[in-house]
Amino acid sequence: MFHTMPEENEALEPVIPAVMEGIKRQVLVVQDYAKLSFESIANVFTPPRYWTDTLEQMDIIGVGSLPIIVLTGFFIGGVLVLQTASQFERFGETALTGDAVALALVRELGPAITALLVAGRNASGIASEIGSMVVTEQVDAMRALGTDPVRKLMTPRVVATVLMLPLLTAVSDFVGLVGGFLVAYFTLRLGPIQFWTRAIHALDFGDLVQGFIKPFIFAFIISTVACFMGLRVKGGTQGVGRATTSAVVVSSVILLVVDTFITRILLWAFNK
Amino acid sequence: MTSAAPPVTPAKSRDTFGEPVPGAPLVSFKDIHLGFEEGDVLRGVSFDVWPGETKILLGEGGSGKTLLLKLGARLLRPDSGTVTVMGKDIGEMPEKELLNFRRHIGFVFQEGALFDAMTVAENVSFRLVEENVAESEIESSVREALRFVEMEPSIEKYPGELSGGMRRRVSIARALVDRPPLVFYDSPTAGLDPVTCQTIITLILRGRDSQGVTSLLATQRVQDAFGLANFRFDKETGKIVRDKSNGAQPSQVSAGRSVERSEQSAQASRVENAEAPPTNVVVLRGGIIYFEGPADELLHSSDEYLKKFLASAE
Repeated sequence: MFHTMPEENEALEPVIPAVMEGIKRQVLVVQDYAKLSFESIANVFTPPRYWTDTLEQMDIIGVGSLPIIVLTGFFIGGVLVLQTASQFERFGETALTGDAVALALVRELGPAITALLVAGRNASGIASEIGSMVVTEQVDAMRALGTDPVRKLMTPRVVATVLMLPLLTAVSDFVGLVGGFLVAYFTLRLGPIQFWTRAIHALDFGDLVQGFIKPFIFAFIISTVACFMGLRVKGGTQGVGRATTSAVVVSSVILLVVDTFITRILLWAFNK
Repeated sequence: MTSAAPPVTPAKSRDTFGEPVPGAPLVSFKDIHLGFEEGDVLRGVSFDVWPGETKILLGEGGSGKTLLLKLGARLLRPDSGTVTVMGKDIGEMPEKELLNFRRHIGFVFQEGALFDAMTVAENVSFRLVEENVAESEIESSVREALRFVEMEPSIEKYPGELSGGMRRRVSIARALVDRPPLVFYDSPTAGLDPVTCQTIITLILRGRDSQGVTSLLATQRVQDAFGLANFRFDKETGKIVRDKSNGAQPSQVSAGRSVERSEQSAQASRVENAEAPPTNVVVLRGGIIYFEGPADELLHSSDEYLKKFLASAE
């Protein structure tokens, strides 16, 4: 029978409480995040509502992200055609390119890549803006002036992102299809009627639902994580930098993980 | 010294928060303890701020002056002890009620904490806009408040375009715009040149003596304490004059040891000095109150630490 050496037990003694403490802190962080996210949504249903701030954020997040969404969407559609066409050519079925591009874009790549781009552009912006306000005591000043910073800063950003991301995804899907068609037209000599007919017919109601439910969930994740990271900044400008990085990394990872589960649920729901 | 007319905006109708409770202090800290990972910062601090009084918190950096101000506005919560403001215990107040409570106090932050995405006018009008005050009234109130701090010409500027002293002045205008009965000043002169420091103290004096604002002011500068204790704003001449009465209450607490406050004598003193609001000093050291009393008594104290503290300011 083996016995643990007393020295080993002694070595483990300070480690276990430290690990437990670490777990407890992480659970508290998740709890704070859940509470804050709930509060940001609950604020929508009670006054005061900051419509001007919401419109301003819609402009920053929606209109501001449009150029990169259009540009990346176009080339993603194009590269998808190049990649799939080389496979379809082997079977002489290049006509199926439209189907593949439409399904891949609308169901998955459109929502996911648009969300990742918005996370990179706007989650960093939101976290650094709110974080800077925290370290310069502007958030405390807001509270001291009798204004709820969650209602004034977070809710407009969450609402704006949730409203804008599905629209940006729709634009990205469309531009991606256009990019795919142009590449197919010039490289595979696929006619517009052939490409568009197949692309449109490949999509059914379930695909569209899948493609438009995801952006709402992704937008909620991006905006709430970014605001949460911004509001809990500690440690001056360095803290702002860390929060900005964390906002992008954490929101991107969470949305990709959540994407897997939503996809599974939606595929099951639509018998795919 | 400045001589512009102080803001004359009528005080807005307030609920019970805005009204001092007769015979009771406006702010009362009782046995406050507060600590962080590095250790306890406040270890049983108790003192009162009476209506019309200017209480100055002196102490070295890290002695907990700012923490006390933030506890007074419930921007922080104590580990133990109670904070009563205008007769209400704000410790257990829900956040929604706290937001309403905070609309009845002014807070001037150390670096001004102006909203950098807003103009000077938007900063000063922030609270009025939040309270849905009519636009025409906002315009006149903001101009009055900015005229009071001599910042009217900068009304359309952004905080980034202003100097440190100008930002503090705008911050004072923002805190005083709707004439709160109680204002917390967090190191309003920190990091400023002597002339600008004097301008800021003059503004605080004018706010106190023309509007009857009760103040709790944290500072590391002993000169601020003596400036507020020895001068007053003369409403008739519009000038800052030396206050012969000195405005001080008899000391209730001596250096290094607490003595029970006699409320009757404190009130009697306030009545006697009705012309010049009393200015008292609290010196914090090692998380406790080391001295509480009038600035004059601080000046003549024989305590070694206080003498060293005063000497370091010269």
